[in-house]
Amino acid sequence: MKLKQLSLFLENKPARLKTPCKALADAGINILTLSLADTQQFGILRLLVEDWEKGKRVLEEAGCVVNVTEVVAVEVEDRPGGLASLLDVIEQAGINIEYMYAFTFGRGDKAVMIFRFDAPDAAIEALQQSGINPVQSVTLYERSR
Amino acid sequence: MESFVIENRIWDPVETMPRSELRALQLVRLRALVERAAAIPLYREAFKENGITPDEIRSLDDIRRLPFTTKEDMRKHYPLGLLAVPREKIARIHGSSGTTGKPTFVAYTAEDMRIWADLCARFLVAGGLRPEHLVHIAFGYGLFTGGFGLHYGVERVGAAVVPAAAGNTPRQVMLIRDLGADVLVCTPSYALQIAEGARAEGIDPRTLPLRFGHFGGEPWTEDMRRQIEQELDLLAFNNYGLSEVVGPGVSGECAARDGMHIQEDHFLVECVDPETLEPVRDYEYGELVFTTLTKQGTPVIRYRSRDIAALDPCPCPCGRTTVRMSRVMGRTDDMLIIRGVNVFPSQIEEALLRVEGTAPHYQIVVERPGALDELTVRVEVRPEIFSDKMSQMQALRDRIDREIQSITGIRVRVELVEPQTIERSPGKAKRVLDLRK
Repeated sequence: MKLKQLSLFLENKPARLKTPCKALADAGINILTLSLADTQQFGILRLLVEDWEKGKRVLEEAGCVVNVTEVVAVEVEDRPGGLASLLDVIEQAGINIEYMYAFTFGRGDKAVMIFRFDAPDAAIEALQQSGINPVQSVTLYERSR
Repeated sequence: MESFVIENRIWDPVETMPRSELRALQLVRLRALVERAAAIPLYREAFKENGITPDEIRSLDDIRRLPFTTKEDMRKHYPLGLLAVPREKIARIHGSSGTTGKPTFVAYTAEDMRIWADLCARFLVAGGLRPEHLVHIAFGYGLFTGGFGLHYGVERVGAAVVPAAAGNTPRQVMLIRDLGADVLVCTPSYALQIAEGARAEGIDPRTLPLRFGHFGGEPWTEDMRRQIEQELDLLAFNNYGLSEVVGPGVSGECAARDGMHIQEDHFLVECVDPETLEPVRDYEYGELVFTTLTKQGTPVIRYRSRDIAALDPCPCPCGRTTVRMSRVMGRTDDMLIIRGVNVFPSQIEEALLRVEGTAPHYQIVVERPGALDELTVRVEVRPEIFSDKMSQMQALRDRIDREIQSITGIRVRVELVEPQTIERSPGKAKRVLDLRK
């Protein structure tokens, strides 16, 4: 139910994004999606790749500081209110969202939300009880192909 | 109310002399010093220029009429231009390492040697040394004063010495363990290396027989003391000295471990602002200046130690009446003046040591983009301190910021940088980049 996400520390300077992206490209690793949180001085790049272990190794060899965290992917109806109903469930369960980001597959009427919860297992349980099934890692990467 | 870590013992009753008597003794000795120092051309000329004679010294405050002596003066009078006795009276010559040029030499007469041993005995006894102890000395023996000074002090107390000298850590561990040393004497950083060396040999350093440690020869922190005590399971005592004054024995901690008692019957101490050379107030940090009251071979007047510390005149529960000095917080050579505030790289390091995983990968950058100085501390983000949560990264930065501010009193800019981005000069990282010059 949970996905492994790679996070990287980057200084907020020109061309800093290029190093990790190029390292992954050279290793033939496709980035499913990414998000960047930044401050004036530094940023945190979070990305999803299918073979996260290889991705981590490649990035570390390129000199990056990488950590691995577990995130949860949930499909949301691509219509007004699609996300709001999902957030209701999370709120009711008293679970905190550290951050989230969204992406689509360019077809269909659904978007995928990636959530970093403070308590991912409790979040998954709450979602399932409300009839929402997080997207399995395998499914996610298969659909991206 | 007394918080002694060991039994409070005093080697020489003179250490508890009433202050008024101590000051009277200092004045008599200061006058005698001025008389003796006239044998040295450097001082004779300075005295003549300022019209100073022994009779002119009426109170201890008159010390301020006497000239300062610097390391540079010693270099200029290489090798023994500051000798106050005929050469045949010299019993020993020691000196500085001379890593930054020629060494500087100091000479001891037989009487100087006797006093030196006694001064070391005082702080060793204050820090738990008993005649039945075996002391492992891992200080260098040679021109450096550390090894010999402590050696004579231990002998004076009547304890046994293992003169292991410095280096070859596995051998040090073996000697300490096999001979059953009770006391370790070395630099604080070498104590940690011995602990590390023991672990490398598969020996738990806490199982070594050591009970006390007397550490000196370099500045260290309370955090380091806790670390040494924890790793080696001993009580660590701090002592201070510098070869130009006598070597070890200038000051040392007592059972209260709240500052180092300066042996004021032999040294007159002042604490001055290193810029203006005016005295700073009690408890304020400044450069320590020492005058040797009894030394015969190479006496010094108002020697600028370049060590930054504070003086505490408050009576100590141990009964000694002497003034106490704080730990040495830095060297005037390393001092940065940021918006008028004196800041030492060692303070930044101390702050970073409190934030796990941040030292030693840091760099201090000083700039003056406009009218004001700006100090930036760049800290490399290592995997152990990196989080994917922005809130945690900002909390980390804020914490570093707060720790630095609480120690230095100034606001700095903290930058988190990628690993391996801080320039490394061969061997060690370049700690300070002053871009104002």
